[in-house]
This record gives sequence, structure tokens and C-alpha cells, in this order.
Amino acid sequence: MLRFIVRRLFQLIPILLGLSVLLFAWLRALPGGPAQAALGERATPEAIAQYNELFGLDEPLYVQYFRFLGRALTLDFGNSTQYGRPVTEVFLERFPGTIELTLLAMVFAIGVGIPMGYVAARRHGSFLDSASVVGSLVGVAIPVFFLAYLLRLLFAVELGWLPGSGRQDVRIDATRITNFYVLDGLLTREWDAAWDALLHLVLPAIALGTIPLAIIVRITRASVLDVVNEDYVRTANAKGLATATVRRRHVVRNALLPVSTTIGLQTGLLLSGAVLTETVFAFGGVGLTLRDAITYRDFAVLQGFILMLAVVYVLVNLLVDISYGLLDPRVRVR
Amino acid sequence: MSRRATRALAASAAALTAVTLSACASSDRDGEGGDPAAEASGGTLVFGAAGDPAMFDPAFASDGETFRIARQIHEGLLTTSAGGTELEPALAEDWEVTEDGLEYTFDLREGVTFHDGTDFNAEAVCFNFDRWHNFEGLAQSPSATYYYQAVFGGFADSPDPGIYEGCEAVDENTAVITLNRVTSKIPAALSLPAFSIQSPTALQEYDADNLAGSEDAITYTEYALEHPTGTGPFTFENWDRGNGEVTIVRNEDYWGEPAKLDRIIFRTIPEGNTRRQELQAGTIDGYDFVSPADYQTLEDDGFQVLVRDPFNILYLGFNHGNVEGTNANPALQDERVRQAVAHAINREEIVTSLLPEGAEVAINFMPPTVDGWTEDVRTYEYDPERARQLLEEAGAAGTTLRFYYPTDVSRPYLPDPAAMFQVIAEDLREVGLTIEPVALQWNPDYLQAVQSGQADIHLLGWTGDYNDAYNFIGTFFAEDQNNQASAEFGAFSAPEIFEALAQADAAPDPADRIELYQEANRLIKEFLPAVPISHSPPALVVAENVQGLEPSPLTAEDFSTVTLED
Repeated sequence: MLRFIVRRLFQLIPILLGLSVLLFAWLRALPGGPAQAALGERATPEAIAQYNELFGLDEPLYVQYFRFLGRALTLDFGNSTQYGRPVTEVFLERFPGTIELTLLAMVFAIGVGIPMGYVAARRHGSFLDSASVVGSLVGVAIPVFFLAYLLRLLFAVELGWLPGSGRQDVRIDATRITNFYVLDGLLTREWDAAWDALLHLVLPAIALGTIPLAIIVRITRASVLDVVNEDYVRTANAKGLATATVRRRHVVRNALLPVSTTIGLQTGLLLSGAVLTETVFAFGGVGLTLRDAITYRDFAVLQGFILMLAVVYVLVNLLVDISYGLLDPRVRVR
Repeated sequence: MSRRATRALAASAAALTAVTLSACASSDRDGEGGDPAAEASGGTLVFGAAGDPAMFDPAFASDGETFRIARQIHEGLLTTSAGGTELEPALAEDWEVTEDGLEYTFDLREGVTFHDGTDFNAEAVCFNFDRWHNFEGLAQSPSATYYYQAVFGGFADSPDPGIYEGCEAVDENTAVITLNRVTSKIPAALSLPAFSIQSPTALQEYDADNLAGSEDAITYTEYALEHPTGTGPFTFENWDRGNGEVTIVRNEDYWGEPAKLDRIIFRTIPEGNTRRQELQAGTIDGYDFVSPADYQTLEDDGFQVLVRDPFNILYLGFNHGNVEGTNANPALQDERVRQAVAHAINREEIVTSLLPEGAEVAINFMPPTVDGWTEDVRTYEYDPERARQLLEEAGAAGTTLRFYYPTDVSRPYLPDPAAMFQVIAEDLREVGLTIEPVALQWNPDYLQAVQSGQADIHLLGWTGDYNDAYNFIGTFFAEDQNNQASAEFGAFSAPEIFEALAQADAAPDPADRIELYQEANRLIKEFLPAVPISHSPPALVVAENVQGLEPSPLTAEDFSTVTLED
């Protein structure tokens, strides 16, 4: 097991190296650069040249790349041109919001998706079943930003039931400890602040959780249908075990194996889906920051954030593989 | 992020803009300013900003969001009138200038203290002026000190140290600033936030000048990020960066009329639509950069749209095609072709159909409120017949012009670039020109292409920083170090225009200066390096219960007079 984990971690190195080269090349291939963004609409070519010289942007690309790589090894991704502070610092400020959002989106997707998928499978062929299949098709197809926009318009703007932007009501003077707002509220016993932060998460989490929800419904349904027809379930039923026991111990447990993989993969993907959702909800996580970084050509933030997110993504997947190995004795990890 | 994701982002932005709301019920807004006991004073105002501030040391700032906040916590020697562009005393009660225009004596206000308790006096003033002049290293980057360089022209250790000679604290309340060249920018420019006087104690304590930085960016100082210390009606409280909120609170020891509000929170909401909906939901009390398309909806919902007097200019720029490496159309070197384009554009129509109420046709490259504006210029009335004739004479009938315009942006002088392009392109086709549209993303693609002289004709403009003609026409048409105009206009050479601008800038007598600027305006309109199109009024919007916010043409709104009514 340990060897497996170490090997997987080593596999990270070529992935990140390749990604960093691609990122670096892609960003520099974009027309324009940070100079124009920093100097505004009347920047002369001379001023831009001066800026580039000052910040070493006029050196050969490979020189810039190796300098970037050398620093990145010490987790130093340079400074954000937008914020005038180290990228790592900005990331640690913004990432908690995205984690909160992703977790809640997954809670929503799992909490609704598994029961829905299970019920659909148990009532195979019923109207409910067809509805869930159609619903999940729609759920996967609907663009995230469109759904986010609709949810905001309906529940925040028109009905005013839920907050539609930001991470917390600005009029609440909350204490910040970890930058996980809900957690901070609980830690400091500022219940209002925690509740308010949680409410701010609801709409974006639903928007972000809809695609994984749809996928989980489909996978659960298919998986339960498979398992129900397995020999061991027939055996268990034949042995005269109570239906509930069979369902709990044989059907659900085994059916959830493929679902757990999906959950892991989706969690990683959500980190990227956050860009659109956070933009619509003006939710201050890494997604919104990435969007702004594109606007301002903040290379350091784009490189640093994407690489750090890639590490997170690979680690999440590793955890999934490990948990899968633990859940399913048939998977032999060599 | 993949290319596809970027495209999706762009598409999403476009879709969001495209979705217009037909019905906006004014949802159950409680109309509270946060504090239930808010009477005519006190309470918290939440204001929606379009972007994060960079930091809070205005000496290093050049963007509007940073200035908006800086203006509430810092003050300069001079300021501008509420809702106008007239110079008014601030930390200096009065000032005099010698006959030769080189020595400014400022009588300083007494009994003023900085937020950290340090006394404001002549020494503090000189400390600040010397600080700017002696910036080193990264602080000399044009991105860090744009305004100091634009006004003073150089630093102590630059090859050209610029116009600042020195500052002397004659006594506690008298500071004398000496220049080595006359410029029309001073004293008006001293009303800019960039020249706010900050506490010498705090500047030194928190190492304000030491802009460290790696190759790719500046690192702002602890002073700029956490301890900005001025004399203004509000003091800085904190910046919750994760949440995009800046909080400032009333300065109880303010020398003048203290602020009415207890605190102001500036909250960053990048999307214009989101800002509007937050206002409608009552979670913010106002925001800036209202889209002209929303004026009516917002007013119908009972909000106050505060329209600023226009202090900007939109023009259609011509490229003379003298910049190497560009393939600009040489046809535009013939003044008859430029005149034909000017006659072809129906600017009255543009102002009434595309721009918000209060917009006007421009005849100078500066708004009428700026000293030096004149009626007495060639105006090029709308006359398609004359335009065709001129093209015929120049042998340029049917010429193809690559017309550059930006996408995905809304500027105060150009609310809807695509619509503006459509209308002007149609006018030009009408007189037989062939138009090849080139649409580029505003930042940085469009700006870069236009500033390096890629376009044949293009749309651009400018919002003035302070009431000074040079800030408009000098910015556009002054000569560069190679004795030509900027690449944006194709590096043309027009010595008489350059001379007129330089003379006007260096004239110590205000009356002479105004005449010289009027002359420069006349020459520019004769030469026609671009066609001035319009001046548009930008607007902010506040909730019904927000009183006392005076819209300023310079976007220099003072929030200390704002109250929240019940």
C-alpha cells in the first residue's frame, strides 16, 4: 500500500512538469501581457518596453521558465501583479471558500443523487425511473453558468429567499480564523455569521452540484441494477434473509463502489467548475480570482493557481484509489 | 484551464450580458442601512465596486477603484469642488504663485492631525514631495507611479529629473514648492489622490517606499496594504481580501465637518448585472458604472440614478501610417480623406440614439468645462455629399479602411462599442468607403493594437483626471522623444501643434495659457488627427434612503456628506 502511494506521488512529477510547460507557453502565447493591463489605455509602446525590462519579461522564454520552475520548487510562485503579494498567500486566502463550496456541492450531489438513483433502480421502468433518467440528462447538459444565473435570478433576486452573491453579508462583522467562514463562525461561536455563510453557499452549491448530481444518479441507478442481478444477491434472498438486510448489506454496499470513484473524480472536476459559478455569484474563491487573473493577465496567479489546483486534483484522485482499494477487496493493489 | 474553458468563460460573459431582464420586481427590500437605528446620521453604507483596489497608498495608484477609497481616507493640498472641476483648498487654505510661475507658496490649514496622531505641518508636506521625488527602483516603474511621472516628469536619480526642484518648510504652516519649469498641470494636478499628503511617521514606520518585488510583479508594502494613514474624514479599518470588502470608519478627530456615516464597506462585485441585482435585493446601497440601459429600470424601481457631468471624450482616431511594421493605410495622410470621414459621421444621431441622456456632440478634444475649450474651431458638419466630393478629389473613393473596435468593454465615454462601430461604419459605407471590421478584446489586445498603430481608424477616448487642457490634448497629441505624435495616430509630424501645446503648458499666466490652448485646439481641428465624437455622462446609483452623495465629473465623490434616511 505504502509503495503504491509513493509511486503515485512520484507520477505527479512528470504530470506537473508537463503542465507547467504547457501553461507557461500558453500564457505567453496570449496576445498582450501584464504590461498593458498594468499601464492602462494610453500606454505607449515605450512604457510597455520599460515595464517588461523592469520585470524581466523581455528575457528569453526558457530563462523565464527555469527561473519560475526554480522558485516553484520552494512553493514560491512569484507575486501577483494584481494584488502585489505572493501568489501562495492569495491562494491560501481564496482556497477555503472554494473548498467550502465544493464540499457543499458534493454533499448536495451525494445526498440527493444516491437515494434518487437507488429509488429509480428499485422502481425500474416506472415513471419515476424515466423521469430520473431524463432529469439527469438535462442536468448534465445544462451549462453551469446558465443554471447559476437562473438560480440567482429566481431565488435571490425575484423571491429574495437566499443571498445571491458574496460569501457573507458584509454587515456582519465576523472574526476570521481559518478563512472557512462557516467553520470560523462555529469556532468563535458567532452562530449568526456561520449560518449566514452557510446560506450564501446554498445557491452556488446547487448550481455547482447539479452535474455531479446527475452523474451520480445515473451511476447509482446502473450500479444497483447490476448488483440486484448478481449471484450473491440471489443467494442471499434464497437463504431467506430479510429484504432490508439484503438491501443494506449486499445491494447498497456493493452498488456504492463505482459511485465512490465517480464522487472522487467529480470532486476534482468541481474545482474547475467553480470558475463559472463563482463568477456569477461574486463568490470570492479561487474561481473568481482566476477569472480576474485572466482579465488582468496576471500570469503568476494563473500559473500558481492552476498548478496548485492540479496537485489538489491528483491528490483527491489518489485518495479515491486508496479508498477504493480498501472498500473492494477484489481490487488488488500491487 | 483549457482554451475551451476560456471560450466558455467568454461565452458566459456574453450570455450574461445578453440576458436582459424584462421584469424586475423590486423585491421586498427592507430599505435599512444595516443599522436599525440609522437616523440622519450613523449607519453603514455598502457600496458596490467593480473591482478590487490595488492597495491604499495613493502615491502608487492609478486606477479608479483605488482612488475611490483613497479619496475618503487621504487628502491633498488642494481638492476639486463638490460636483465640479474647480480647484478648492483642502489641506492648503490658500496658495500663491510667483510671477515666473516657478514658486508656489501654500498656507497650510492649522490644527490638522493624521489618523495616527502625527501633526500635519509644512514638514509633513515637504516629506511627501521629497518622498515622491526620491522614489527608487521598482517605484519608478510607470505602473507604480504613473501620475507622478505624468506631472513631474522624472525622479531625483533619473537622467531627466523632471520639473521638481524642491520643497521648503518656511514655518510650521507655510510650505514652498519650487519647480524648474513652468507647467499648466500645477496646481490643478495637486488635487489628484496620487498627491495626497500622508503621515511621515507611518510612512517611515511601515517602510512605505520599499516596493520589493520579483521579476514579475511589485510587492506592495505593509504601509500600503494595512496602515494607510491620512487626514481624511474616514480612517482605514480593514481589507477582507478573501471576501473583497474594504471597511473604512468615521474619523472622529477630523478637522472639518465629520462624516455622517459610521462606516462604509466597499464590496467588489465584478459583474454589472450582479451589482444591479444586489442593489435591487437590498444587500448593497449603491454602485458605480451603471449601464445606460439600466437607468430607466432602476428609476422605475425607486432608485436614484446620479448622472455625472461629462468629463470625457470619445474620438475616432486616424492612423497616418508612419509606424514601421504596421500596414496602415497611407490614404489617411491626405487631409481631404480625413475631412471626408469627419463629414460622413452623423454625430447628432449618435448622441441621441446611442448615448445616455445628457451626452453632447464634441467639437474639441476636451469637454466644454475645461479651460481652453473654444467654440471657434472648424466643426465638420454632417454632410455626406461633401464627404463623397472630398474623397473624389483625393482620388480615394472606395478606399478600404480597417476599422478597429473593442469588444467586451463598457467605458464611460463608450458604453456600447459594438453599436457605436455599427453606426459609424454605416455612415462611412454610405459615402462609398469600404469598411473592414476588426473586433478585439479590450484588454490587452485592442489597446495594444491601437497604441502600436495597427489600426487604420479606431475608437478610443479618455476621462480627464483634473481640469487641465493638457491632460486631454497633451495626452493625445503632444510630441514624443522622436518629435512625432504617438503611434496611435501613426506618428505624424505637426510641429505647429506640438509647439502650441508646449507653449501653452509652459505659459505662467493663466489668461495667456487659455488663449494658447484655444489656439492649439484650432490647429488640431484644422489638422484633424482624429474626429472628436461625443462627451457622455457616466452615472452611479444609490438606494432611495441614501442622501447627500454629490456626483462628480471627476468621479471624485466625497462620501463624508452621505446620510442614510429612514
